Amino acid sequence: MSADHGHDHAHSELGTMELRVRALESVLGAKGYIDPAALDVLIDTYQTRIGPRNGARVVARAWVDPVYRDWLLRDATAAIASLGYSGRQGEHMVAVANSQRQHHMVVCTLCSCYPWPVLGLPPIWYKSAPYRSRAVRDPRGVLDDFGVTLPEGTDIRVWDSTAEVRYLVIPQRPAGTDGWSEAQLAELVTRDSMIGTGLARSPAA
Amino acid sequence: MSHAAPWPTQADLGGRPGFGRVQPEPEGEPFHADGEARVLALTLAMGATGAWNIDMSRAVRETLPDYPRLSYYEIWLAGLQRLMLDRGLVDGEELAGGRPHMPALPLPKRLGADQVATALARGSPTERPATRAARFAAGEAVLTRAGRVPHHTRLPGYAAGRRGVVERVHGMHVYADAHAQGLGEQPQWLYTVVFDGAELWGEGSTPGLRVSIDAWEPYLEAA
Repeated sequence: MSADHGHDHAHSELGTMELRVRALESVLGAKGYIDPAALDVLIDTYQTRIGPRNGARVVARAWVDPVYRDWLLRDATAAIASLGYSGRQGEHMVAVANSQRQHHMVVCTLCSCYPWPVLGLPPIWYKSAPYRSRAVRDPRGVLDDFGVTLPEGTDIRVWDSTAEVRYLVIPQRPAGTDGWSEAQLAELVTRDSMIGTGLARSPAA
Repeated sequence: MSHAAPWPTQADLGGRPGFGRVQPEPEGEPFHADGEARVLALTLAMGATGAWNIDMSRAVRETLPDYPRLSYYEIWLAGLQRLMLDRGLVDGEELAGGRPHMPALPLPKRLGADQVATALARGSPTERPATRAARFAAGEAVLTRAGRVPHHTRLPGYAAGRRGVVERVHGMHVYADAHAQGLGEQPQWLYTVVFDGAELWGEGSTPGLRVSIDAWEPYLEAA
């Protein structure tokens, strides 16, 4: 199985890209347009502080606290901010909950819009042509690529993020997790389950 | 500036065949090369200067001639270079050599390292106070614009000229089409409009599929 085209290409052209980036960074720093130290803070932020564990905490809270879940479904921006996650690429949040009858999947067919404060930076596949082209037309085929099969009769709702509203999927809570703590439950919440290309892990897995 | 030709976007991929399988990827690898991280940081730092807005940057990226064969961070890098060249903030010689030979132009802001956390947590909300009543309410049937336009737009081709139903009303938001052209924010009501799969893809569509977009009011007519 061949790797993603864009990924391959990035590697083949890496030398060129690294050089171009370095030249650009030097010029922008020398001209005073940027603070070079700000670049390191930005990178560190998305490597260590803003990622899918934030969203997992939101989902786990919604699983254990029905009042929080209602708030999240009614006003996701405020409910998510109450846990400390807000801002860039998550200014206007909507949360949608999966059920036995309905599965939700999020895409941005036009670029790569993604809820950064809760999920971090998007994976390569989310930004790639295969996902962006197929999610809206053949979501069951996409799920198959992720090894996920939904029961027949499950309706599928795809949310194409074409404006500045960002979507978070609340996956179904796995069976066999009664009495689990929020922290334990958060471990079951995968990034893909919050995009809708996966399900939460089952405790047995 | 006006031109009759449709906007030459290369990014409108929804529903297009032939791109193959999706390649899943493990969590916890936000960057796959140091250059990717630097491109992200440079893009965010320059975006924070106020030299352009996010809709202008999308308009530039989606019309890069090489778009289909570039990786996503290569698109971001090429887009950033284009935005800076177009504004005279750098020239080609500087980009090639990595050394400045022209004086810097003044920019509205500069993102300091100590301002990053606050700036990210604040973000750039696009909702604006409502200055008029919304034309549509949840539950109303609408028809999306069928014709192509000669500028950046956020109505995907697969959802053009289709009949859907308003599901959510999001308030008035900065209008991407105007904002990308440097015509100001011109806030418009924003709606989630949902379509049946069969309306988009015909009778062979996945059973039980519904797809929504977020559409500004000028994209919509009453159906």
